[in-house]
Amino acid sequence: MKSDTIDIRHVAALARIALTDEEIERFSKELGDLLEHVRALERLDTQSVAATAQVVESRNVFRSDSPRPCLDREEVLEAAPQRQGGFFRVPRIIAE
Amino acid sequence: MTNDDWTEHGAAAIAAAVNGRERSAAEVTRATLARVRSVDGEVGAYLSVLDDLAMVHAEQVDGRIARGERLPLAGVPLAIKDNMCLRGTRTTCASKILEEWVAPYTATAVARMLEAGAVPIGKTNCDEFAMGSSCENSALGITRNPYDLQRVPGGSSGGSAAAVAAREAAVGLGSDTGGSIREPAAFCNLVGFKPTYGRISRYGLIAFASSLDQIGPLTRTVEDAALAYDVMAGHDPCDATSIQRDVEPAAFALRDDLKGLRIGLVREFDTQALGAQSDELYRAAYRDLELLGAELVEVSLPTAEYGLATYYLIAPAECSSNLARFDGVRYGLRVPGEDIRAMYDNTRAAGFGPEVKRRILIGTYALSSGYYDAYYVRAQKARTLIARDFERAFAQCDLIACPAASCPAFEFNAKSDPYSMYLMDYYTIPMSLAGLPALSVPCGWTTQGGATVPLPIGLQLCAPIFAERLLLGAAHAYERATNHALARRPALTAERV
Amino acid sequence: MNSAYEAVIGIECHVELKTETKMFCGCRNEFGGEPNTRVCPVCLGMPGALPVPNARAIEHIVRTGVALGATIPTFSKFDRKNYFYPDMPKDYQISQYDMPLTVGGAVNYWLEDGTLQECRLTRIHLEEDTGKSTHAGSGDGRIAGSSYSLLDFNRAGVPLMECVSEPELHTAGEAVAYLESLRRTLLALGVSDVKMEEGSLRCDANVSVRPVGSSVLGTKTEIKNMNSFRSVERAIESEIARQIAKLEAGERIVQETRGWDEHRGVTHSMRSKEEAHDYRYFPEPDLVPLDISREEVEVFAAALPTLPWERFERYARQYGLGRKQATQLIDNPPLAQYFDEVVTRSKNPQQSSNFVLGELSRLANEREVAVADSGVSAAHLAELIELVESKRINSKIAKELLGRMWEGEGSPAAIVEREALAQTSDPAAIERFVDEVLAANGPVVADYRAGKTNVMGFLVGQVMKASRGKADPALVNELVKKKLSS
Repeated sequence: MKSDTIDIRHVAALARIALTDEEIERFSKELGDLLEHVRALERLDTQSVAATAQVVESRNVFRSDSPRPCLDREEVLEAAPQRQGGFFRVPRIIAE
Repeated sequence: MTNDDWTEHGAAAIAAAVNGRERSAAEVTRATLARVRSVDGEVGAYLSVLDDLAMVHAEQVDGRIARGERLPLAGVPLAIKDNMCLRGTRTTCASKILEEWVAPYTATAVARMLEAGAVPIGKTNCDEFAMGSSCENSALGITRNPYDLQRVPGGSSGGSAAAVAAREAAVGLGSDTGGSIREPAAFCNLVGFKPTYGRISRYGLIAFASSLDQIGPLTRTVEDAALAYDVMAGHDPCDATSIQRDVEPAAFALRDDLKGLRIGLVREFDTQALGAQSDELYRAAYRDLELLGAELVEVSLPTAEYGLATYYLIAPAECSSNLARFDGVRYGLRVPGEDIRAMYDNTRAAGFGPEVKRRILIGTYALSSGYYDAYYVRAQKARTLIARDFERAFAQCDLIACPAASCPAFEFNAKSDPYSMYLMDYYTIPMSLAGLPALSVPCGWTTQGGATVPLPIGLQLCAPIFAERLLLGAAHAYERATNHALARRPALTAERV
Repeated sequence: MNSAYEAVIGIECHVELKTETKMFCGCRNEFGGEPNTRVCPVCLGMPGALPVPNARAIEHIVRTGVALGATIPTFSKFDRKNYFYPDMPKDYQISQYDMPLTVGGAVNYWLEDGTLQECRLTRIHLEEDTGKSTHAGSGDGRIAGSSYSLLDFNRAGVPLMECVSEPELHTAGEAVAYLESLRRTLLALGVSDVKMEEGSLRCDANVSVRPVGSSVLGTKTEIKNMNSFRSVERAIESEIARQIAKLEAGERIVQETRGWDEHRGVTHSMRSKEEAHDYRYFPEPDLVPLDISREEVEVFAAALPTLPWERFERYARQYGLGRKQATQLIDNPPLAQYFDEVVTRSKNPQQSSNFVLGELSRLANEREVAVADSGVSAAHLAELIELVESKRINSKIAKELLGRMWEGEGSPAAIVEREALAQTSDPAAIERFVDEVLAANGPVVADYRAGKTNVMGFLVGQVMKASRGKADPALVNELVKKKLSS
């Protein structure tokens, strides 16, 4: 583990949360503190240990390919922040 | 008997009376709703009270009873944590981002409770998106501990705990990720039970940390918790992580003593660190277990001290992904923006509180390129070590006993430093990481830390995977022999009249 | 293409699987329809919803892997691919990252000249499709310049197979041949409709160039937005030319995503961010791992249909059919099946092909019916072929018979018997007809002897007519020629 400080701006951008300067400073400190505590894990010998994939050992859980009832469109679109006819509407997507 | 009496009774007694047609579900419901009106102004357990829906369900229950049915939870007033979907009700997770959202479907666990005759009284307050240990992170209201209104009820299922403690419901549904049922139960003089991971369906439980979340009951007796568990537990085809294994009813496993059981005391969880009063109370509790016939053995969980570090990487990582869907596109809050990117950024900035933001940020970081192996993967490996510790311990004992929390209910704003709040989960996190069934049961009253009135504390019992019957059975024996919960009543104005 | 360079091409296909329901929920998997009418809490990414995998989708991808000779690992899992986009209901996609359901394998394809080649696969994995977005306000439906977008989540959650090829294709033609073969195989397996026009087959190409003889890969670009096989061909050719031109001019190729512009016939840069997406992959905690047993794999292997290139090998190599005929049959599985039956019985692939693709198809088209649904059973057609091969009847009679067999007049042998349609091969009888005709057509015979040899056709025709079509045409030709020359 590197001895690093979190680039809060970068992480906030990945997480799509706009932060104020005050928040950036505060979170930097608070999350830095947390990371310090979390670094305790470096003391554990995890070389030959498998990461927990699933707490309870299950495999092959499927469902059969049979249709089930859908939601009523009006009910769904009524809850939409913005709709246009039968669609959800969002502001322009900047091509990335 | 006056109407109020019905709010004193637990689920078992209410169901028996309603099934036996001594009282109707409608009567019990009306009494409960009256109680809510009387005390919830002080307690603040409920974010929404479902007067009309409750009466509709109560009438349905009465109709079914009249037609000869017997329902395991007939007429039992139920408080539902507001991170569980109930069709047609506002389901907010105590967050601004879902403040107006009405669920179009019902969580399986909730549906099973209602099908068994329980009556939905309301949706309860909690820490926002179940992230917190005091209920103070709610963006939509304040919940107070009924035993001392200046103190927190615990979290994140603080609302359900307060509702049951204040007799505003007989059963509360909570969710436990790192201790969010057990800790508020300890703070509010209740039984709080988290089953084995996968025993109760998560379908309709708004996800915080997928590999840790479990729904469970908060009740005033172990028997009531067993009843609720029996109704909810069992495979659900809508949840791929739900266990495909028969559930043997726990209600029939309740026992009177602990003869033949070995109970492990964890060397690393020395109760001296909790202060003189609490230390004495726990020692007394352990002695009581012995008096009931259990053999006490010392066990070791050497990796348990890494539980917090492990949990505070895995849970935020999963939640950062689970909460990405709250983006203002299809439902919930939308704050406008000149383009979609701005809309995302503004919506999530306005919709999430600080603790939620912290966890999303640390979680995103732990998963991000260059850090994934060092943080997330390493934490999942530590998790394996913790689980192995428990396996080794359970080779030497049948149950583990330890504190449920490191202190009793604290005052509002007492833990303003985030990490000090995280420490509240110290004793409960390891069991969550290992997916084990665990519960908290009242084990005494303390004025530790200068409290003016005695506050409840909880004894945590933990069993091996799938051993819910053993766990509840043993807890019942301890509860019946000690009856600590009955020593004091909630400190509400209505009580003093 | 400039022959100093060779192109290195890899193809990535997304194939919508043919299932009743979506990958992780019970909403119907259908094309078209009113927007947002096939949605539920799961595929809309609502709070509290959980995914449960569709067993048939798993079956489809495992069968595909087995058919393509891939390895099916015993342990496989789903992962979350995290990124924000409005057509992504959860803002993460459930996909497979490092442990896909199939590894390796290969697609065999054939070129214009009939050569069979192999392109290996890296992997095939399972994931869920996104919703569809349409962009409004820019006048041409493109994102750039749009003022808002509309979202339809009917497609969100449809099961998708992503097939990634190794970069072993070297021309646009090979890439298209690869795609066509992959498409045929998936059709034969019944796992997808693979219609590019409906979006059930989508593909991107990774293209780079390097000097011939070099073993180092050049910088590659990813080409998107190709909506037909023709587009794929043109786009790849265009991109190869662009890259070569750049290198010749001493410039470097920028690694980027480029969109194909169908109207202008060029690729243009889709200006991506300087940094690549950080998808923060981690194992999907809401799903449990997959463990495909060896027994299951064997069951699939035993039940595979004949694959298109196996058919092509048989038709082109063994049977000696032309590439065009072979491909025509392969692209029509019921037709190919019918053809195979006829060959089995008649043991004559050439004739079988001639009849099936010739007269029988003509009759079928006329009656707007599929050949396999024709009134002519494979057994009867085989019998007909036998009659022709043994010279019992001639090909003209055979054609006539075919029509009558279709009308249900019975087996060819029976009809021939009944109406004495058997070809006359008796030289004496034919000689009589020839003498008759030559006697009756003195001037024409004179023309022939005067040098107009092409009038022989007329005379042969007259003999055929006199014999009511039953004379063996070969013998007639021979005799007429003999008599005319004497």
